[in-house]
Amino acid sequence: MSGVRLLVGTRKGAFIMTADGKRERWDISGPHFGGWELYHLKGSPVDPNRLYAAQHTSWHGQLIQRSNDGGKTWEAVGNKFVYEGEPGTHLWYDGTPRPFEFVRVWHLEPSLSDPDTVYAGIQDAALYRSSDGGQSWQELAGLRTHKSAPAWQPGAGGMCLHTILLDPSHPDRIFIAISAAGVFRTDDAGKTWRPMNRGLKSEGIPDPNAEVGHCVHRIAMHRSRPGVLFMQKHWDVMRSDDAGESWQEVSGNLPSDFGFPIDVHAHEPETIYVVPIKSDAEHYVPEGKLRVYRSRTGGNEWEALTKGLPQSHCYVNVLRDAMAVDSLDPCGVYFGTTGGQVYASADAGDSWAPIVRDLPSVVSVEAQTLP
Amino acid sequence: MIIRAVLPAHLRTLARVDGEVKLKVEGQVTQRSILDALEARYPMLRGTIRDQVTQQRRAFVRFFACEEDLSHEPPDAPLPEAVATGGEPFLIVGAMAGG
Repeated sequence: MSGVRLLVGTRKGAFIMTADGKRERWDISGPHFGGWELYHLKGSPVDPNRLYAAQHTSWHGQLIQRSNDGGKTWEAVGNKFVYEGEPGTHLWYDGTPRPFEFVRVWHLEPSLSDPDTVYAGIQDAALYRSSDGGQSWQELAGLRTHKSAPAWQPGAGGMCLHTILLDPSHPDRIFIAISAAGVFRTDDAGKTWRPMNRGLKSEGIPDPNAEVGHCVHRIAMHRSRPGVLFMQKHWDVMRSDDAGESWQEVSGNLPSDFGFPIDVHAHEPETIYVVPIKSDAEHYVPEGKLRVYRSRTGGNEWEALTKGLPQSHCYVNVLRDAMAVDSLDPCGVYFGTTGGQVYASADAGDSWAPIVRDLPSVVSVEAQTLP
Repeated sequence: MIIRAVLPAHLRTLARVDGEVKLKVEGQVTQRSILDALEARYPMLRGTIRDQVTQQRRAFVRFFACEEDLSHEPPDAPLPEAVATGGEPFLIVGAMAGG
């Protein structure tokens, strides 16, 4: 019977959760790398036992860990992230130029075709690629040297490159998102990049045609339809039907359109999920109710999914990389909270149950569907 | 010279060592020569104590020996004789900060 493995990154270590295809009983291992921040872990789509993990503390900096056995054992691989050439500057919070400086890895995205190739999105925003299983990293410097880069500014969490989407139908096409610069796309495997932010509107950016400056929180696509993108922006839920060339708002009847994660059902490309948060000033769910919102129409019309989720006195957040889906049928949906809960739904969101309630604050959740 | 070094807990776990580390250091015993020997033997520690490019000590790491804070000494300054002869350990310490 097939199964699911969840890779959960927290502020104080990583946890690995496995279940069979029923997804009712979970085995939990961890903490792996106890005491370290694990911003992200992800497995190779072509070799599910090849995992990569981004491990960090302020004391000892960044490490990258690799596993070849599904997370039973790990080895530290390369952690040297050097900007190619002159780092250049971006804008600091006060509007002054500030040199790009490596802070941490936010997101790891393994290649769709080669388990030894993996991309890393870092703070201060840049994209790296390793083609030797993480031993060495080379910057795709065309992004950071884009003419708009001196005008990029950090979001509250730092100037992070947090989303990397690899297009399964165009091997040289990659979408990335940076807070708070916006979405960029390459069609030549990272040599050149274009901002893809037309249609985004953000308070504080009076120019409706501003090329950059939008605080995009996450973007998502369905593998079968990579020209359609969904976005959770600082405020606003958006979609693009032309591979990012233009965006339309689809927030519809959401109780708040502020949030961080957004994900797409594994088998229904028009079914999407978000977790609304009260506001940018109050990073917790509205009315003390933890509600996932699902749209079966690609946005605009949303339904609250509440069965099994706390509906009073709940004040958690769900961070941008902390939601995932599996590809079983029915589709499994998972998310982790800043309160340390990991919730699972084995019926596409209709009902939920906690896998675990008392982990450190959850930063990321990835789901692997195992053969 | 065989010198003794003590790693903070996270780095002992990372390097998979218990207790002190004994290192053979060629030439003069300095912060740099100790860290060079340490990173050569435990490559996974590269970047965790000092920056891999600038070689500067990470801000939340301190160096102590013989009851002295040597963190701000030049990296090529000779360390106390007691460290160089293995009588006293070179202490690599994670700064005390909450979180």
